[in-house]
Amino acid sequence: MTTILFYLFSALLLGAALFVVLNRNPIYSVVGLVFAFMNLAAMYFLLEAYFIGVLQVLVYAGAIMVLFLFVVMLLNVQPDRPHPGLIHPDRWWFGIMALIFVSLFLLLIGQGVRALLTSPAEDAAGMGSVADVGEALFTSFLLPFEIASLLLTVALIGTVFLAKKKV
Amino acid sequence: MVVPLYHILAFAGLLFTIGVVGVLFRRNAIIVFMSVEIMLNAVNLAFVAFSRYHGNVNGQVFVFFIMTLAAAEVAVGLAIIVSLFRNLRTSDISEIRLMKH
Repeated sequence: MTTILFYLFSALLLGAALFVVLNRNPIYSVVGLVFAFMNLAAMYFLLEAYFIGVLQVLVYAGAIMVLFLFVVMLLNVQPDRPHPGLIHPDRWWFGIMALIFVSLFLLLIGQGVRALLTSPAEDAAGMGSVADVGEALFTSFLLPFEIASLLLTVALIGTVFLAKKKV
Repeated sequence: MVVPLYHILAFAGLLFTIGVVGVLFRRNAIIVFMSVEIMLNAVNLAFVAFSRYHGNVNGQVFVFFIMTLAAAEVAVGLAIIVSLFRNLRTSDISEIRLMKH
């Protein structure tokens, strides 16, 4: 049952991501991205990462996408014109760049798989709870956690400065 | 968990590819930005999958930090897009070339 649900959410997520990238109208893209993030949250729950799943809904599908929606409505962006088209004719070489990016990503994933094969994992069920993640966050990752709060403050000040009427 | 790790990783790679295609081929700055978010989420999915199959919680802590970073990045990036739109009246990245000369 879990497996079927997982593949179902994967398929929905893939469709939503394609919808985001291929749609001409930014508003539809934003709504598609919210749907994609919800599916991703469901996949996190199926992977027993409950805390991350909740964060995905709250932070990504909630806060970040509301920000996107506000900006799309604020700018009153028109849908892309059909001509000269969704894809620039002189951008075929971007495909090569995409290929390089993807092969680098697959290379990294291959490294991870090799590490997993050399040290087989013990099946640790139920380590994605808030308590488990919080314990790691406030013991071995305490300094990065505080730096992250500093980063958020800097981003807040920078955003206010950038979005002011008179810069 | 009966889903093989390879399937999740291949799926994350596919999602990352979709994000890359969106960044490289779309001209609307907001959609380029959303494609970056898709790429970040593909990496997050790979992190969570590895965390689950390694039995190690550190991957999920990394996802937490990536989400923090994404929130900051989206706030600043959207502010930049808004101020660009205010000055140039466009969000088409092929028409934004202030630094070309």
